[in-house]
Amino acid sequence: MQMLIDGLTEALRLIAGFDPLVMGAAWRSLWISTLAVLLGTVVGVAIGSGLARCRFFGRSLLVLLFRAGMAVPTVLIGLTCFALFSRRGPLGGMELLYTPWAIVVGQFLLALPIVVSWTHGAVSNLDTRVAETAQTLGAGWLRRWRTYLSETRMAITLAVLTAFARCFTELGIAMMVGGNIQYRTRTLATATALETARGEFARGVAMSLLLLLMAMILTVAIAWLMRTEDER
Amino acid sequence: MTIKLLSCRFRTLLPLLLVAAAILPTAGCGGSDSSASGVLRLATTTSTRDSGLLDQLLPDFEKQHGCRVDVVAKGTGAALKLGEGGDADVLIVHAREAENAFMDAGHGVRHAEFMTNYFTILGPAADPAVAKGQPPAEVLKRIAAAKVKFLSRGDDSGTHKRELSLWKAVGGRPEWDGYLETGQGMGRTLTMADEMQGYVITDVGTYLKFQDKIDLVPLATASDDLRNPYAAIVVNPNKHERINSKLAGLLVDYLISDTAQKKIGEYRAAGERLFLPTRLLVEGRAKPQDEAGPSSQQKVTQQQATQQENSE
Repeated sequence: MQMLIDGLTEALRLIAGFDPLVMGAAWRSLWISTLAVLLGTVVGVAIGSGLARCRFFGRSLLVLLFRAGMAVPTVLIGLTCFALFSRRGPLGGMELLYTPWAIVVGQFLLALPIVVSWTHGAVSNLDTRVAETAQTLGAGWLRRWRTYLSETRMAITLAVLTAFARCFTELGIAMMVGGNIQYRTRTLATATALETARGEFARGVAMSLLLLLMAMILTVAIAWLMRTEDER
Repeated sequence: MTIKLLSCRFRTLLPLLLVAAAILPTAGCGGSDSSASGVLRLATTTSTRDSGLLDQLLPDFEKQHGCRVDVVAKGTGAALKLGEGGDADVLIVHAREAENAFMDAGHGVRHAEFMTNYFTILGPAADPAVAKGQPPAEVLKRIAAAKVKFLSRGDDSGTHKRELSLWKAVGGRPEWDGYLETGQGMGRTLTMADEMQGYVITDVGTYLKFQDKIDLVPLATASDDLRNPYAAIVVNPNKHERINSKLAGLLVDYLISDTAQKKIGEYRAAGERLFLPTRLLVEGRAKPQDEAGPSSQQKVTQQQATQQENSE
């Protein structure tokens, strides 16, 4: 119990003192996850709504695969990315391993199935009259697509929040392909793991509290940015 | 339509899920906590677990005393912290200075070195720092002078502590861009060093285990600077009422016994000897200063503990 209290004081001290190591890790966590989720959202919403509105062979299998993809352990994603980016791997020449970019790729893969599945679910469940009305009003495919998205805004917001929450706090990918290198690829999550591994439990608690605090602020920010008309 | 279909499927699935939920927990812990007679929690360094040595040593001990040993593998720093908090009964660690501080602070009641192995410095076969065949201090100097990549554990483990003391011995570590702290375990740090073709300090055991997977080669010549002694520590039973000091003492007795010492000496991985027993030859003339902490008070506590062991 004392550990949690120590952790809280330590967290306040780290934040108030602008501990450069911690702030660096926090900033890195922030931009890596934001970029990954942003990419995941763009690609995921496109794939998800496409899966809901276009009919083609193997579509339901694809939907199933994306849904199962939400449960893929981060360590497996990390290992896969490692196998790809390793010197002995097919993409080794890109020299991405142990750079923040490798983490971005991994977290993108983590976010993608979440966004795809939620978007697909929401767009499939739209009242068919939405599409019909749009069509009779003479909307082209782009216009109709935008209508679907604005109608399913709530679900997509939740998808983005879920994806962000998973990416921001995940450890497996950042450890495996980031390497937890000080000043370069250390994120808040890997820093927490390190402090715990070296037995600095109070600092570990402090880091994870900071992680939680940032996650909460960002959740509010994303929810605010994506709020629907009647919530304004 | 789809919603209806889904709920229909869900209804057929529900009983299955419930049955699974009922079965899984019982299957998970079936019999695991039945041997209430004794559970010993051993906090140890990852090297002893990953090398497979504990799997050779512990089953005999468990059978002999009808107990179970729970192994928590951490870096030396974390293992000592667990002991300090009374969350482990006995420790196996390798960082002499930190061990001494631990004993001085009264966290442990008995300290016994029981085996040793060696560290080595690895580097890429091309050896851009031209460090091959040099003594360890010279290897480090050349790595720093060539400003090549060097991967440090950076996690307060025994290996990290040794690296720091080696740097101290060459007059401090210069700052350069290629010095990277991974903050990860030995295996992962070796993998990273291999991927980046950098230099790295490792214990020989982990290196032997990774030999086939990495391209790095050992550079430093064997030297006393790289000796890596392991010690077992019985945690002070005053830390917590549930500390199993009796079993902890028995485990240390076992580790320095001829049986265990022979096993340690015979244990091989990849055809090579990983650990050298340090008690096999000095059996019968155990050094008292190795056994107990420096203060007389601790010696008394230790005697009491031994008496208790004997009386029971």
